[in-house]
Amino acid sequence: MPKQKQLQVSAIENGTVIDHIPAASLFYVIAILGLDQIPNQTTFGANLDSHKFGKKAIIKVADKFFERDEINKISLVAPHAKLNIIRGYEVVEKRDVTIPDEVVGIVKCFNPKCVTNNEGVLTRFRVEDKEDLALKCHYCEKITSRDELQMV
Amino acid sequence: MKNKSLVSISDYSRDEILKVLELAALFEARPNRPLLRDKVVASLFFEPSTRTRLSFETAINRLGARVIGFTDSSSSSTTKGETLKDTIKMVSNYADLIVMRHPLEGSARYASEQARVPVINAGDGANQHPTQTLLDLYSIKKTQGTLDNLNIYMVGDLKYGRTVHSLLMALSHFNPTFYFVAPKELAMPREYKIFLKERGIPFYEQFEMGKLDQADILYMTRVQKERFSDPMEYERVKNAYVLRNAMLAGTRDKLRVLHPLPRVNEIHVDVDSNPKAYYFEQAENGVYTRMGIIAAIMGLEAELTNN
Repeated sequence: MPKQKQLQVSAIENGTVIDHIPAASLFYVIAILGLDQIPNQTTFGANLDSHKFGKKAIIKVADKFFERDEINKISLVAPHAKLNIIRGYEVVEKRDVTIPDEVVGIVKCFNPKCVTNNEGVLTRFRVEDKEDLALKCHYCEKITSRDELQMV
Repeated sequence: MKNKSLVSISDYSRDEILKVLELAALFEARPNRPLLRDKVVASLFFEPSTRTRLSFETAINRLGARVIGFTDSSSSSTTKGETLKDTIKMVSNYADLIVMRHPLEGSARYASEQARVPVINAGDGANQHPTQTLLDLYSIKKTQGTLDNLNIYMVGDLKYGRTVHSLLMALSHFNPTFYFVAPKELAMPREYKIFLKERGIPFYEQFEMGKLDQADILYMTRVQKERFSDPMEYERVKNAYVLRNAMLAGTRDKLRVLHPLPRVNEIHVDVDSNPKAYYFEQAENGVYTRMGIIAAIMGLEAELTNN
């Protein structure tokens, strides 16, 4: 019976499913949310077929409910991510992520001469443009755009 | 303004800019006012800048305060690997005000967050140099009688020149019209043109100075050879950005030529004797402007305006 060999990603009783993550962003999302540091039972799926992206990733975290501020941090790498909040095996709420007005400590400043890249300073940006993504460094005042985006 | 750091020109509103210029004028009328006799000012120059340092230290001395500090990072503990944060924390235990020059961009903002006393940015890399901007504004106001509704020509390197960027932002409070004269490779960056468009401020871009008969201020900057990717291009354009005395014929009586200095050859020496040449006085104005800035931050405003 070949079916038994197929690994099933089991449904969770309570927790959060993060869907529609671009496949290439999976490990950024894990790092940004600190999912490699938590004791919760967590399932990752990478390179799954998706109508939207071609390949997508999915994350299921049992018994974990994210704060809005916390989850918005992933919007930079997964702007179309969808959150399904699960209680008693049922989806009780669906949520989108939105790009925040301020980004603290996730992104590296693009300017090599910026104080944040030389003196171990926590990065801080004001989001000037949410469509094309323009992050203005609070310190050196230079713009980091999507093409230059690097995680800390 | 009292106890507030000055890191970027955008930290000051229109009214705050005008207040500093008012105080600067009081100091020009009477420069020696030892109002800060019991104060210590730290002058931290992590990279040498003799012109800016002497201007600041003159301003501090004329206000009667004492100066501590260093003139380049080789004589500070930075060479032992001390972080900027630790240096600032330590110095803010000693001094009532910190003046800082540092090669890293954003270092002044960071220092202002770490210090318990106000910080004045005396240049953070290619980022900001707000006291230069304020002294430019002081020079413009003094020679034109106003900052409002002026025709401002900016000539030379408008891409990398931080002084023109900060001046542009500061003047945006005063309904100016800008004329940008620069080679293609050194044109005013897009972000500043967007900034002006958003505020409905008119600007014109041209490759040559042309007729200058409508200009109130001619702000010259240095065109450096090493900024060009193609050295042939530099040879082709370099003469278009040199001001000669003959070009000032037929210009407005009140026109003044400004330059942040040091100049190389972009203003021919034959301009120096023209009464419209103002760049040396501009440098002198730096001392009064810095006195005005320090006075505003140290809360001397009431004391000054009552005397």
